[in-house]
Order: sequence, then C-alpha cells, then structure tokens
Amino acid sequence: MNTAATGPRSIGILGAGRVGTAVARQSLRAGYPVKIATTKPVEEIAMLVDIITPGARAVEASEAANADLVVIAVPLHKYRSLNPRLLAGKTVIDVMNYWAPVDGLIDEFENDPRTSSEIIQAFLPEAHLVKSLNHIGYHELEEDGKKAGAVDRRALALAGDDDHAKRMVAAYLDRLGYDPVDAGPLCAGRAFQPGTEIFNGSHTADQLHAVLAAALASSAS
Amino acid sequence: MEIGAYSFGDTPLNPDGTPRPTAEAIRNLFEAIVHADKVGLDYFGVGEHHTTSMPASSPGTLIAAAAAATTQITLGSAASIIGTDDPVRVFQQFATADAISGGGRIEITAGRGSSVETFPLFGYDLADYDELYADKLQLLMTINDSTTEHVSWAGTARPALANLAVVPRPVNGPLPIWLATGGNAASSARAGSLGLPISYGIIGGAPHRFAPLAQLYRASAAQAGHPAENAKVSVAALGLVAPTKGEALDRFYPGWNNLNVEMGRLRGWPAPDKRAYLAQAEAPGAYYVGDPDDVAERIVHLHGHLGQMRHFLQTDIGGLPHEHFIESLTLLATEVKPRVERLLKAQ
Repeated sequence: MNTAATGPRSIGILGAGRVGTAVARQSLRAGYPVKIATTKPVEEIAMLVDIITPGARAVEASEAANADLVVIAVPLHKYRSLNPRLLAGKTVIDVMNYWAPVDGLIDEFENDPRTSSEIIQAFLPEAHLVKSLNHIGYHELEEDGKKAGAVDRRALALAGDDDHAKRMVAAYLDRLGYDPVDAGPLCAGRAFQPGTEIFNGSHTADQLHAVLAAALASSAS
Repeated sequence: MEIGAYSFGDTPLNPDGTPRPTAEAIRNLFEAIVHADKVGLDYFGVGEHHTTSMPASSPGTLIAAAAAATTQITLGSAASIIGTDDPVRVFQQFATADAISGGGRIEITAGRGSSVETFPLFGYDLADYDELYADKLQLLMTINDSTTEHVSWAGTARPALANLAVVPRPVNGPLPIWLATGGNAASSARAGSLGLPISYGIIGGAPHRFAPLAQLYRASAAQAGHPAENAKVSVAALGLVAPTKGEALDRFYPGWNNLNVEMGRLRGWPAPDKRAYLAQAEAPGAYYVGDPDDVAERIVHLHGHLGQMRHFLQTDIGGLPHEHFIESLTLLATEVKPRVERLLKAQ
C-alpha cells in the first residue's frame, strides 16, 4: 500500500483525557501537526495542551474537525457531545470502547446488539468512521511503536466501511509505529472490542491476521 | 518528606485460598494503623473500597477509631468517593474524627474512585459521573471553608442547604482536602485552579511520566493566584519493604497475583504475567517493592520529577500475611524515611 500518497497531513483530536493526549503526543512524534479540542473554551485548555502535549495546539472543535484525520477520544458515555455536522464527510477514528466492568453499565450499549462503533457511526451518519487504536493501552501506544520493517513490530487492527478512509488510517498507524491490519467492515470491530484476545494482548501483523481469521470463522459458524 | 501507607482493607485468606471474614480485614487494618503510629510513620490513608477482597468501605469510621488509638500520625481517606456520597456526611465524619484526635491530624482526600461499584450500591446514575463529582467537591469545600457552623449552598447534586448547621467544626480550622487523581490532565488543572493539594495514584508505568501533570497542576495553581506553598503534591503507589529485595519481591508477588487474577476475571484480562510484575518492581517501574535502600532511592528519584511532599504505599493486597504488612510499615518508618531524608539533604 502506498502510504505516503494516502496519509493524512494533519490530525485533529477531540478529547484531552489520557487517551487523547497520548494519541496527540505519539502523532507529534511522528511529525504530524496536531490540534486538540474539548467541549471547553480554548482558553480553558490552552495551558493543559501546552504542558501535556507540547507542540499541539488547543482549538475549537470546529477547527480540530478541519484536520485531514479526526480522532474521537471522548468518554463513550459523552459521545452525544460530538457535533455530527462538523464530522460530515470526514475520516474519523473511533478509539472509544464500551467496557462495562471498568466504566460501568450503559443501558444504550448494553442493550444494543451492534458494536459501540456502529452506534457511533449511526450518530455520525456522514462521517467515514474507522474503529482503531482502541485495543492498545495509552501507555503502550507511546512505548511500543517501531519503525516499519522492524522485527516483531506490533500491529493494530482497523475496521470501517469506507476504503479511502481506511487507507488513510492505515498510513497514519504505520507512521505512528504500527503495522496496520484491515479487519474488514466496521462491524468486524467486534473482534477487537474489550474482552477479546486482540484487546487483551499484543500481536504482530501475522498473529493479528490469524486471530482475526479465527474470530471471523467462529462468528460465521 | 512524609512517608506513609494506605490500604483498601485486605481480607485474609485461608490456606486453601478461600476468604476469611471481611471483619478480620478491618481489625487487621486498625491494628496496622496503630502500629504505624507507634513506629513513627507520618501518614496512613484508608481508601473507600467495596469488594469482598478489599472491604474498607467506611474510611470515616475506621479513621475515627484510629484517631482515638493513635497520638501522632496524620490520618485521612485515600480516597473518599464523594461523587456517590453525601459531602455533608463525609465532612461530619471526618470533623468528628478530628475532634476525637484532638485536632490537626485528620484530612479528607476526595476522589472519583477507580471502579464503579458505588454507583449501583448507592443508586446513582453513571451518566452523571462528572457533574456529581464537580458539584459535590464544591459542596465539600464550601462546608469546610465556612467561617460559621451555618452553611448555605445550592447545586444540582443534592438539595440546597439554606443556612443549616453542619457540625462539629474542625478543631483548628478547615481540614486539609486533597484531590486524588490517576493521571487525567484535567483533574490536575482542576486541583490547581481550586487551590487544593493533589494526590497522584500511580499504579503502573514509570512514575516520572507524571512530571508534566505536576507541572500543569502547579501552573494552574499559580494562574489562579494560589500561593506556591499551597500547591502540594503527594504520591500513592504500590509497594512493600522487606530486609532484602528478594524477600520483598517474594512477599508481594502472591497478593499481587491474586488481585490481578480477580481483576482479570472481572474485566476479561488474561492471566497476570510475572515478568510484568518483576519489571514494574525495578526502577523506573511503579512498584516500590524492595529493601530500604532501593525504595528510598526510588522515592527520592521521583521527588526530582514531582517534588512530592508525601509518598505513601499500599502494601496489603491479595491476602498478604499480616506480619509482612506490619514489618513493611516498621521498615518504612525506621529505615526508609531516614534514608529519604539523608538523600534529600545530600542533594
């Protein structure tokens, strides 16, 4: 895959929690310009962004959404604070998880047979949503990355329904230091949600392909 | 620097691994606090926790009992989960303990809680998490800072207080209220702008990663006009001290493993990995498991990054034999603390 041609030129991150700031720092290390927005006014988060993610810029959500690639890293139960209009037509990574034992039961996700990302996609109908970066710990994201071609390079799965968006996300993951592995359509993200082998472990691309194939086979049977 | 300990309670295990009565955990914890006071530890925190393996659900009660049985140690919660409690009640319990202690030894640490058991237990909706926490912290501060016994407050988390007495008042003015956080940047900014001391719970990864958070905390405090000396940082971490590093590693491991097996069952994690344990127990890992030299050096190393004024360890997890807990408390007070002071002075 020619990642240089398809990769994003800028990253916008919605959310400045532990995950959002870790994604921001790793993106900065990879050389991307990074903008971060929360639901708070810019002046309220400017110092936080300067100190915790040096090099990134605090902006309003509308400006963060202007980046080539937008990463959603808000607490899942607050996803309705996202503005679907701002994300229409955008390539968006959903890093959020529904992880009830840790974050508590949320009826809406508990009682819906769809994956959390499919529910988010329905809320953001015009966004090109890609599920990824959700199955690596935020510490690990900044520690495990390696150059392309490195032995035992860790792989990260991605799932989505838009091929162009997936190519962009794959190029981004590669530049962050990880082998991208396409798991298939958005609903295939089920294979790397909390509680799965992929979510709990660390895998190379070959290993990840094998686990995904096994998961696909067992869901088909 | 103050050296201390904290605990969520640790239910002892029978030889076959089944739990003994939770009441024994409370009794053991009480005895450990009294012992910590005798050997000269500076601080003991009791963390609100609601599980069979960690049953210290009522820090205020335990601290009131400990206040009566100790003479010098500072006692506090580590932490009180105020989002699902009534701040009026939390304040009253700790102000009562303060009165029993004679005054000046009781603190409150307000936290969100690292797990979510308290939401169903006390009938709260998780969706209100942030609002509850912010609102109740503000109420707790209003009561604590009040110059009279009568308090007025209005918010969304509970009915308003219209000039109602909240008693007893602490003996020596407001109680120290700390804000506990596990590393969310917004929490550091919030503690700084509120002028509250901050307590970092560092339970994994390299602790010096928290340096930018402490920087943000101090910058937020300065920006809000709070004097620099009020911007205090403390560190809560896992650890155990034994005469030798080898003994410390062997003593702490079984309980660490038990706790991680239990969490793994709950959260769908794989079996815990001893290599990960051993890695975390070496510098710059998060577990202060070692002999007095090792633990003191690592506390002082972190001080170079965070400037913490207090460092306190959680030792009794997963059914740790009580005598190992007691010995660790003794070594912390009599061996680690003097080394930390010596090393800091030499800098």
